[in-house]
Amino acid sequence: MSLLRLRDVSKSFGAVAAVRGVSFGLDPGVVHGLVGENGAGKSTVVKMLAGVHRPDAGGVEIEGRPVELHRPADAKAAGIAVIHQEPTLFPDLSVAENIFMGRQPTARLGRIDRAAMRRAAEELFARLGVAVDPERQARGLSIADQQVVEIAKALSLDARVFVMDEPTAALTGVEVRRLFAVVRGLCERGAAVLFISHRFDEVFTLCRDLTVMRDGAWVSTDPVADLTVETVVRRMVGREVSALYPREPGANEPGEVVLDVKGLSRAGAFSDIGFEVRAGEIVALAGLVGAGRSEVVRAVFGVDRYDRGEVRVGGRRLPPGSPAAAMAAGVALVPEDRRQQGLVMELSVERNATLTRLRPLARFGLLSGRGERRAAAEWAERLRVKHGRPTDAVGTLSGGNQQKLVLAKWLATSPKVLIVDEPTRGIDVGTKAEVHRLMSGLADEGMAVVMVSSELPEVLGMADRVLVMREGQLTAELPGRRATEESVMFAATGQREGGA
Amino acid sequence: MTALRARRELGVLLALALLVAFTAADNSRFLSSQSIRDVLLSASILVVLAVGQTVVVVTRNIDLSVGSVLGLTAFATGKLFVAAPGTPLVVAVLAGVGLGALCGALNGALIAAARVPALVITLGTLYVLRGVDHSWASGEQINAADLPRSFLDFGTATVLGVPVLALVAAAVLLVVATWLGSYRVGRELYAIGSEPAAARLSGIPVGARVFLAFVVSGALAGLAGVLHAARYGTVDATVGSGMELQVVAAVVVGGVAIFGGSGTAYGAAIGALLLTTIGSSLAVLRVDPFWQQAAVGGLILAAIGLDRALAARTARRAAARSAADAAAGQDAGRRGEREATHGS
Repeated sequence: MSLLRLRDVSKSFGAVAAVRGVSFGLDPGVVHGLVGENGAGKSTVVKMLAGVHRPDAGGVEIEGRPVELHRPADAKAAGIAVIHQEPTLFPDLSVAENIFMGRQPTARLGRIDRAAMRRAAEELFARLGVAVDPERQARGLSIADQQVVEIAKALSLDARVFVMDEPTAALTGVEVRRLFAVVRGLCERGAAVLFISHRFDEVFTLCRDLTVMRDGAWVSTDPVADLTVETVVRRMVGREVSALYPREPGANEPGEVVLDVKGLSRAGAFSDIGFEVRAGEIVALAGLVGAGRSEVVRAVFGVDRYDRGEVRVGGRRLPPGSPAAAMAAGVALVPEDRRQQGLVMELSVERNATLTRLRPLARFGLLSGRGERRAAAEWAERLRVKHGRPTDAVGTLSGGNQQKLVLAKWLATSPKVLIVDEPTRGIDVGTKAEVHRLMSGLADEGMAVVMVSSELPEVLGMADRVLVMREGQLTAELPGRRATEESVMFAATGQREGGA
Repeated sequence: MTALRARRELGVLLALALLVAFTAADNSRFLSSQSIRDVLLSASILVVLAVGQTVVVVTRNIDLSVGSVLGLTAFATGKLFVAAPGTPLVVAVLAGVGLGALCGALNGALIAAARVPALVITLGTLYVLRGVDHSWASGEQINAADLPRSFLDFGTATVLGVPVLALVAAAVLLVVATWLGSYRVGRELYAIGSEPAAARLSGIPVGARVFLAFVVSGALAGLAGVLHAARYGTVDATVGSGMELQVVAAVVVGGVAIFGGSGTAYGAAIGALLLTTIGSSLAVLRVDPFWQQAAVGGLILAAIGLDRALAARTARRAAARSAADAAAGQDAGRRGEREATHGS
């Protein structure tokens, strides 16, 4: 019998169904892999097991008995431990205290017995077969060690189900092998492990069973022995590109090279990235989350520094680390996280829309309210932003309209190069189509567009050329017309077609 | 970590020792028992407030209302003795602590309900409580003559040459420091200040704990108010004005991180002692009072600079270590990949 079983769980956020009727079970002593594209619903499943999200329908069973996971404490009580990619520890406290927070062993009068706490922590690390000093401060621990501390904490709580959400994404080879040894040790003790990873080699090495999810739905659960990388990739993608994409990739005759990036490198983030973008072209930067795509475009725009390489716009070299120079040269960046980086949520719609071009609107250094209102109205209308009054705070708009407003803000600077990072994340289908139509129109007018996107259909439906990144490297450049979900996915995961 | 923290407090203690030695070299009377008694007496009220403030600051909050709470309870204590001269000392102390705790509970409740930073809420209650104090006093002043002899004696009495007020402050310090350092609830306060999100995930009742921290801070400010009334005997509505900034300064100089999660009540107490000593030692050295404030300011900046430097060094070391690990790991990883390719 399964130790833990998901039975027909579903979860929607607003109109978006993140998970639809997913069922599978975790057996004791077995590592169970879970794979799927970005946005397939894996993280939502994890959050439901962690007690962060409550399923709308269906439920979770432990040893055949249904359990209600309303809060993280419920999951803990049910013996479920979630190890995140980057665990959150208390940096100022010791490793031992991180493990036993709120459950420290006590001596007389309820005083914490530090010696007993240290011994208990040492025992846990010995069981896991790793060496971490329980007395040291958690600040400065490597991510691998932080995960080990989390696992030790879970062990001390008698957890029997371990959910690991891409634990290896930030680990080195040695650390991955150490983690695998720890995971196998947990299984020998009868624990059930749900292991989420984008790296097929790891999944195929470590897991006995493998579940594939796509678009929030369960696709298959099979023993790994019966699977090949190819079949798994087919199951992960295999979707039709809908009419969401008004563009015919490769239809425009590209013009001059506008943006030219050569040998761009930053230690630990990306290395030797080179590409060019021509006027009237949409180039997509595809890859898995964490491949370094956002870091590259941020460096191109000058928000982040880079160690080596150069960026040229219209043939002229941009000084590194200066967004002001990039803007002056006609580059615009629409960032991924619009709440934090794209908009000033408390300011009004019109103020936000004109923040980027205050200078041309100012007379004698003073902003003219009338000029501001006119420019805002013009772009808001062109983008069909649905807002009440132009003076409303941006925070009151819907996600899709916020995204359009960020675009309005940047388009008002009439850029030559538009860089958009995840242009349609978290917005509804209707707005998505509008944003796509808009980007397509801008390219037709001769703008050079760089689009970072984790959504394969969007990449394939919009891009004239697809650049694929994997772990900080550019691994493939595919013409938009020839790119397929499989070829992009293979390049993004580092697997060659037919090879395993 | 313990070593680092101890070192941090040792630094403040060293600064204090240097200051005392330097002043004593100039004027040996600075080390007379009378002068030491005076410093201890003046420091004890600030120590009680700083210890209370530490409880709040380690949770990544701040309580700016303590000066007003002190003023209000000092005046209330005076009023209590005017109305009932026979009130036992214990009852007066408990009443002051209770009133302070009530003010702290008001702060805590507002912060929990409004989900607004404590800085703003307690800035508000700073003025509100001061206003209550003023309208209650309406210009009235309570003089030593209005207070019973026994209460005033409590403010100046000594045991074996040590002022009772200082003993009270030391007892408060010992209890709170032990509570923060060696009890689960105390450690949870540090956890909350260190990483609020992780605290929530590990099931710590963050809201309740922060509320408790404000109640403790308020209660200790209330106690400080009673001590103030006993020590000075004269109480009007302006007592304790501006004291909150001295308290925050003492806490910061004492090595309690303003972003929460680290520092001890001992450090804060030494910080309070240092600030008080600076006051009297600069007077002994006949330094212009203006420079006294500048010295306090310089000390705060030096303390923050020291904390930054220590943090930067820790970060550098960690980075160097993980870079070395990563280099070793990548080599091995590449080897692993090669083996894998051979295998397929």
